[in-house]
Amino acid sequence: MTEPETTTVEINGFSCRVWKKGSGPKLGFLSGFGGLPKWVPFLDALAREHTVIVPSLPGFPGGERGHTVLDSHLDWMLAMRQLLLGAGLDGADLAGSSVGASLAAEMAAIWPQSVRRLALIAPFGLFDDSDPPTDPWAQRAPDLPGLMCADPAIWEALKAEPEGLNSPEWPIEQTRASEAAARIFWPLGNTKIERRLPLIEAPTLLLWGAQDRILPRSYADKFARTIKGKTEIRVIPGAGHLAELDRPDETAAAILGWTRQ
Amino acid sequence: MKLMWFHLMPYTELPDDFREKNPSVWVDIHSSLFDPRRAHHMYNDFMDELEFAAECGFDAVCVNEHHNNGYGLMPSPNLIASALARRTTDTALCVMGNSLALYNPPTRVAEEFAMIDCISGGRLIAGFPVGTPMDTCFAYGQNPSMLRERYYEAHDLVLKAWTEPETFAWNGRFNQQRYVNIWPRPIQKPHPPIWIPGGGSVETWRWCADMDHVYAYLSYFGYKAGQTTMTGFWNEMKRLGKDPNPYHAGFLQTVGVAETREEAYELYREPAEYFYGRCLHIDARFANPPGYTSEATIRSGVQGMVSRAADASAPPKYADKFQALAREMDGIVDKGYVIIGSPDEVVEQLTEVATSLNVGHLMLLLQFGNMGKDLAKYNTKLFAEKVMPRLKPLFSEWEDKWWPQPMAKPDRAELPSFRPTTMAAE
Repeated sequence: MTEPETTTVEINGFSCRVWKKGSGPKLGFLSGFGGLPKWVPFLDALAREHTVIVPSLPGFPGGERGHTVLDSHLDWMLAMRQLLLGAGLDGADLAGSSVGASLAAEMAAIWPQSVRRLALIAPFGLFDDSDPPTDPWAQRAPDLPGLMCADPAIWEALKAEPEGLNSPEWPIEQTRASEAAARIFWPLGNTKIERRLPLIEAPTLLLWGAQDRILPRSYADKFARTIKGKTEIRVIPGAGHLAELDRPDETAAAILGWTRQ
Repeated sequence: MKLMWFHLMPYTELPDDFREKNPSVWVDIHSSLFDPRRAHHMYNDFMDELEFAAECGFDAVCVNEHHNNGYGLMPSPNLIASALARRTTDTALCVMGNSLALYNPPTRVAEEFAMIDCISGGRLIAGFPVGTPMDTCFAYGQNPSMLRERYYEAHDLVLKAWTEPETFAWNGRFNQQRYVNIWPRPIQKPHPPIWIPGGGSVETWRWCADMDHVYAYLSYFGYKAGQTTMTGFWNEMKRLGKDPNPYHAGFLQTVGVAETREEAYELYREPAEYFYGRCLHIDARFANPPGYTSEATIRSGVQGMVSRAADASAPPKYADKFQALAREMDGIVDKGYVIIGSPDEVVEQLTEVATSLNVGHLMLLLQFGNMGKDLAKYNTKLFAEKVMPRLKPLFSEWEDKWWPQPMAKPDRAELPSFRPTTMAAE
């Protein structure tokens, strides 16, 4: 595993880290709940066929305190648009997970020409009264890893402070990622995205961890039904909410199969 | 010094196995535990107790705001304060307070507080808490990432609504109102004293200093745990060049007084264990939504952890505070959560509390847990007769600049004596 190239994009005066690795057609990835404090094997798998570009979301690890100036949904949309443009992702394939998947779907809905093919892993944005999601913010700290990943140890390892770093900032950045997600999705995760899904023309792959303990599997059907473009649902066995962390190879293979088309 | 009588209004009939059978007293406490017909009696007992405290000569009666909460039955403390305004005459009414960010628009608070101030002839103390995570973020769905900014903006809006004589437009980040012009306006000028119930954050201390508001530390864990916070507050005041005026601060303390310490232990054991065992049974998953605690405060906590570990008497961090607390009377008394004793012993301990914390506004919980009205009145009366007179002279060298300035007594409305309906029917 080699290190990605790292640059930054300035959004509203805050710096957002952009990772880049691999060669071939560009593929963007927007991270899920908690963000990516470290490079992960899933991104290497994508980089086998793509130039993978990973901009960190405002307030997520690598995204400073960019969320603190985003007060409305429109603020978020414009920040994300600037971020994708700055990262050189306009018109490219776009994938996202969880929180990032919801934002990727918004980009494809509002700026249809900006996304070629779309892959969404368990996106936030809906709330079904008869089948509500788990509240990711009302959790005891030890319970969260098992809600994010089928294998809690994977989430714990991602979130663990690198040995020898000893920075009081590390845990603060992890909490900040949770806060940034709350800033746009509190309290229900419901951004009424269903109103915008009919605007998505990009062919859209919906991936769902078979053991997702945050978002019910039925939400995949709602996304697939409402998106205008061609859709396909794939369930990843053995994976939790963040399928790309639990099953990096299978999740990447599904996305690569989609972007090859 | 000022002695203030504080009621939380706890539901007094939570079952014995409440802790075992229920995850939390707050946020998702089950409705089947609430009997409105019993609550009718509780509310009336509690209001009797508050009125009794006023009759006994306490300087103020205090109420506060909680939501979805089995130990705090006052979603709207303003309703109680309004009733108290009509059944008390000279006692200050301390509403501690209204969680500003929960009101839309926040001028609702400016209006209701102005009403209470007018009805009471200028006896209101206006408390502005941020509100706990349980009340604000979970029960009321406020975004933890914006709560504090909304709170500060609402504070500025309320202050301007009270003091600006002309109709004005409020063009805020979170609130926009084209015509702000509240009727009524408060009696107290420029506005009722503002008190801020806060935790231990440096930002809140600095803000209270800048705004010249009272900082009140409302902890249920007594003076021993409160020492660290109040020392931090006074150090910051000193650094900012402020006088160590004890009336710049308030502190909450639970007290049970009886003829002897042994009697006090027996009398107050059950309500104390009910309060610390059942009322503070709070699910940790609601204690710390991300963004509620500022990064600067987390930073000071992270860095202070090592020194805290060395000091076993320091309060545990907020997230696990509720798990580590004492629930049995010996621990409750040893840790100073509840001060008990004969009048002499209570005077001695509270003198120590007031002077060591340098607090001129002592808020007393004399009803707590499932304590019934008779015992609450006994505690209140004994405190008023035997303890209060000996504490009052403390801090007489300082001026309380943060106390209500009511209308002169001859100018105030005369309250008719209360006539029960049975009399009216005759």
